Amino acid sequence: MPRSALTGTRIRERRTLKGVKQADLARAVGISPAYLNLIEHNRRRIGGKLLIDLARELGVEPTALSEGAELPLMEGLQEAASTSGLRPQEGKPVSLPETQRAEEFAGRFPGWAALVVAQRNRITALERRVEALNDRLAHDPFLSDSLHEVLSTVTAIRSTAGILNNAGEIDRDWQARFHRNLYEDSQRLADGSQALVSYLDTVGKSEDTLASPLEEVEAWLAARDFVLPELEQGKMPDLSGEGGLRTPAARSLARKWVLRARAEAEKMPQAMVEAIISRHGPDPSALAQAMGVELSAAMRRLASLPASETRPPMGLAICDGSGALTHRKPLDGFAPPRFGAACPLWPLYQALLRPMVPVRRVVEQHSQPPRRYLAYAIAQPQRPESFDAPEVIEATMLFMPLDQLDMEVRDGEVHGIGTSCRVCARIECPARREPSMVLEVPEDD
Amino acid sequence: MGQRVLLIEDEPNIIEAIRFILSRDGWTVETHADGATAVAAVERKRPDVIILDVMLPNKSGFEILRELREMADHAARPVLMLTARGQKKDREMAEAAGVSHFMTKPFSNTEMLEVVRRLASGASGAGADEAHV
Repeated sequence: MPRSALTGTRIRERRTLKGVKQADLARAVGISPAYLNLIEHNRRRIGGKLLIDLARELGVEPTALSEGAELPLMEGLQEAASTSGLRPQEGKPVSLPETQRAEEFAGRFPGWAALVVAQRNRITALERRVEALNDRLAHDPFLSDSLHEVLSTVTAIRSTAGILNNAGEIDRDWQARFHRNLYEDSQRLADGSQALVSYLDTVGKSEDTLASPLEEVEAWLAARDFVLPELEQGKMPDLSGEGGLRTPAARSLARKWVLRARAEAEKMPQAMVEAIISRHGPDPSALAQAMGVELSAAMRRLASLPASETRPPMGLAICDGSGALTHRKPLDGFAPPRFGAACPLWPLYQALLRPMVPVRRVVEQHSQPPRRYLAYAIAQPQRPESFDAPEVIEATMLFMPLDQLDMEVRDGEVHGIGTSCRVCARIECPARREPSMVLEVPEDD
Repeated sequence: MGQRVLLIEDEPNIIEAIRFILSRDGWTVETHADGATAVAAVERKRPDVIILDVMLPNKSGFEILRELREMADHAARPVLMLTARGQKKDREMAEAAGVSHFMTKPFSNTEMLEVVRRLASGASGAGADEAHV
């Protein structure tokens, strides 16, 4: 059920909590008890003055009735339900999460709801870590070689010790030789074991919270609000110092990102970018033309600017040719998913279908209230290293809240999108690849 | 017994231990440490039993075994394979390649000796060079 349709449920809950009779509340706001009853059962939509009057009588903000729980909390609950692993089984009663009552749950028990979401995030992070460690055990050449070395040494020690222990009379020369071998092998075993323990210890410490280098880089950028002021002076930020990146893989990934960002900051100095924004608004095509750079570079540069009251916040999503997200700078209400695939209707993926064709769209996230964003996207090939090199493509999308732009948009120009199929309520979406956990119930009126 | 074993292994102390155990049991033990030339060594020495390590420099024991099984002279020559990798998939790979016996490291000396004897006794019934498992 769409969240707006639950306004009546929230009114009923607030009234019940306050111990106010339906008839008394109806009288206080000047409507009949029967009409309030229809509203409370979500059979009549309300808004405007009546909503304000009801909120006043119930002692809450109107948005608490119209919007209810925070969107991230709702999305978190829906994701928790979709990944619970619970499935109906024939002959075995299973209590499945009542997803259609998620908002009611979040509204009445916000603390418990937040705990469910936090637990689900932790489980997901732990699952990713197990997967990463499992992959390491199977494919890490250092680990494989080290274990082989240890086992080979143990084999030599066991065979030699067996000979010395059970072979009866042994020639003194052979005895001396085997004693020497035992000593050498025990030394090898000690060194090999120590190296293995040090290695595993490093792995354990470096990846205790973040499963992949990409996540580590994202967390590092997010801790800096995706702004690296050092780049404006042509300097490099400290990748490994206090608050830096812990794993070599993440540092390598971050270094690539930072080097490109530094080159772009040099080509597009912040003062000039600010001047262009003041004349043309945060338009990547205007910036690209003025500075003679590629559109994708202009998008990345705009997203790298510090927050300012004179321009809207700007989010950024980048994916490779397979559609896998390689960079995520989220905005409030528009957060690229951390795990799993995103909505294929995003302009990012529409651009990927037609390389080198710029895409500009107003999109609407299916939330309550619906949130609109202006999105720019383009897919461009990476510069090839040689004539025979494989073609590598990268798509970039810059997005910003529409309500912070001076822009008139007709409803027909708005494209509906979601975050990912599992938590999207657009049931009839032609791009849907799996069922949604959000049930939509047709309204009566 | 007077029979010959070719030990294809690159760990010197394992070579020394196996050589001692088999020599004292009456075997003539010859050794070879390089994977790339191991097939040629088998061709030249034509042993009664081969003890073959999996992780060898330049060529793996699996590859060596597959090449031997494609050669008429060595299609049935007894091969005891030694490996530190005892996973099911490694055992299956060894069986697919035509191994006579698969043993994981570390192994007991007694067990290794018994397997070599058993493989050789199967071979002696079919003639010295035309060994069968």
